[in-house]
Amino acid sequence: MTMTKQRTRSLRLPTPANLGYRFNWAGRIGLTVILFWAVIAVIGRWVAPYPVGEIVDFDYFGPVSGDYWMGTDYLGRDIFSRILMGARYTVGIALGAVTLACAGGIVLGMIAAVIGGLFDTCLSRFLDALNGIPSLLFGIVVVAAVGTSITVLILTLAVIYLPGSYRFARALAVNVNTMDFVTVARARGEKTSYLITREIFPNIVGPVFADLGLRFVFIVLVLSGLSFLGLGVQPPNADWGALVRENIEGLSLGAPAVVFPCLAIASLTISVNLFIDNLPTKIRDRSD
Amino acid sequence: MLRSPTTWLLVGQRLTIAFITLLIVSFAVFFATELLPGDVAQILLGQAATPEAVAGLREAMGLDRPAFLRFLSWLGGLATGDMGRSYVNDIEIAELVSGRLVNSLRLAGIVTAICVPVSLTLGIAAAMWRGSWFDRGVSIMTISFISVPEFMVATLAVLIFAVWLDWLPALSYGVNVDSLGAMLRAYAMPVITLSFVVCAQMIRMTRAAVIETINTPYVEMALLKGASRSRMVLVHALPNALGPIANAVALSLSYLVGGVIIVETIFNYPGVAKLMVDAVSTRDLPLIQSCAMIFCVSYLTLITLADMIAILSNPRLRQ
Repeated sequence: MTMTKQRTRSLRLPTPANLGYRFNWAGRIGLTVILFWAVIAVIGRWVAPYPVGEIVDFDYFGPVSGDYWMGTDYLGRDIFSRILMGARYTVGIALGAVTLACAGGIVLGMIAAVIGGLFDTCLSRFLDALNGIPSLLFGIVVVAAVGTSITVLILTLAVIYLPGSYRFARALAVNVNTMDFVTVARARGEKTSYLITREIFPNIVGPVFADLGLRFVFIVLVLSGLSFLGLGVQPPNADWGALVRENIEGLSLGAPAVVFPCLAIASLTISVNLFIDNLPTKIRDRSD
Repeated sequence: MLRSPTTWLLVGQRLTIAFITLLIVSFAVFFATELLPGDVAQILLGQAATPEAVAGLREAMGLDRPAFLRFLSWLGGLATGDMGRSYVNDIEIAELVSGRLVNSLRLAGIVTAICVPVSLTLGIAAAMWRGSWFDRGVSIMTISFISVPEFMVATLAVLIFAVWLDWLPALSYGVNVDSLGAMLRAYAMPVITLSFVVCAQMIRMTRAAVIETINTPYVEMALLKGASRSRMVLVHALPNALGPIANAVALSLSYLVGGVIIVETIFNYPGVAKLMVDAVSTRDLPLIQSCAMIFCVSYLTLITLADMIAILSNPRLRQ
């Protein structure tokens, strides 16, 4: 009896449901859309019906039709293919930037919380000051100075959102830092690196990932804004913001070429928000 | 309460922090625009310039001085209103900016005048009938507007008001604003777009501020003694929520700074943000610096104002 029980347990896959997490329907819809765009970002190039840069229609700003599912753009290129390819830029750049920003912010935040003292005060003051620059403005100034490329975009967006991530992680880590088990570990003579990785990080990982999701949304918005101003991804490549910019002339004609890239951005950002808002409290508020 | 020395100490402290922040921010702007790009003289003269010409220009512009000294003199110039000259058309930047600044401030003023009453009404009403269909509708609307980019709100506004309803001109800013009607039409689209973006933030924050007050025992007491829901909120909760609400208003007005950049560009509105985005395409660095500082100063002012309102209105923050 006990044998079979143990056996089934060892065979169970670590899916969220098996770990005891429940998602409601809104969270599931959000997750589905996120996964859809993640898959498209990887395989978009191969499932696009037309080559991305090719002019396929003589008509510019063409309507939605059986051949061109989302119409054609200002040069007569297929918008559906360009959106599938644009997913790679939007999702890829935002993912790279959010990973850098949060990794940096979380590590610095935990170090500041554990070490404390002058190091903590100076770092917090400095990063708070950086937070005093409006994010889109920060991006514009850097791009104006050094020009734009995908590397510059990722690094700039990471720098813009590092202070916020730092502040969040530090606040959580300071709470954990006062717990008895950390005091015990410190009394044992453990090093700072051990305290951070073994004692503090496992206790803040849930909220920190929820924060990462929200920061991803902010980054997608600023990236689209920069591209919309012509300072982000450069032609002939285009992320979703750049697609809106390219086709903005079609707005007064009510062209689908303007509407669909907008909808793509909205579907991604709204579903991430939906997913994060409906995360099980077990993940989100573990430290509370 | 206003006579207590600790209050003024805290306000002074907050102002000092704001001042230090401003110094760091201005250094960041200076660093990004003067030190990151490399040799400005080379950029100005282009690839074909002789080394002598580049060296001459560098000396004439004072670029051979150490970076820190240049930063100090730039900062001193800003403080006394001397913003330097534009690289591209050699006009005093103060002259270029001043007219544009008036336009941007006018836009911001109109949006504020619309947003504050609308958002306070909707935010307080949503908090009063929390959980009702009205509250849910408002919440879904505000979340949707917050999670999409500003240019998408602008695009939708143009599609609805200019293309489908045909009430307003689409993407053109009328230069001849001679009659009241023409002026209204010229301002309508930028104002509508910005109002949606700012209102969404303000409604959310106002609702949260009021709900936080409603969740206190003394308001619950008011409900238990038989006060109606509206009396409970308007008479008992609201006076104590005024501070947090004012804080929320100041904070959400700081979203104007980001929104105005997109909106001025998309509607071709002659404000500071349009000037700055145009300066980016010509790489006119002194002009970008000055515009960026204008935005940073207004942003910091609003955030500091929000903090000070919070300190002054909440006695518990003063201990």
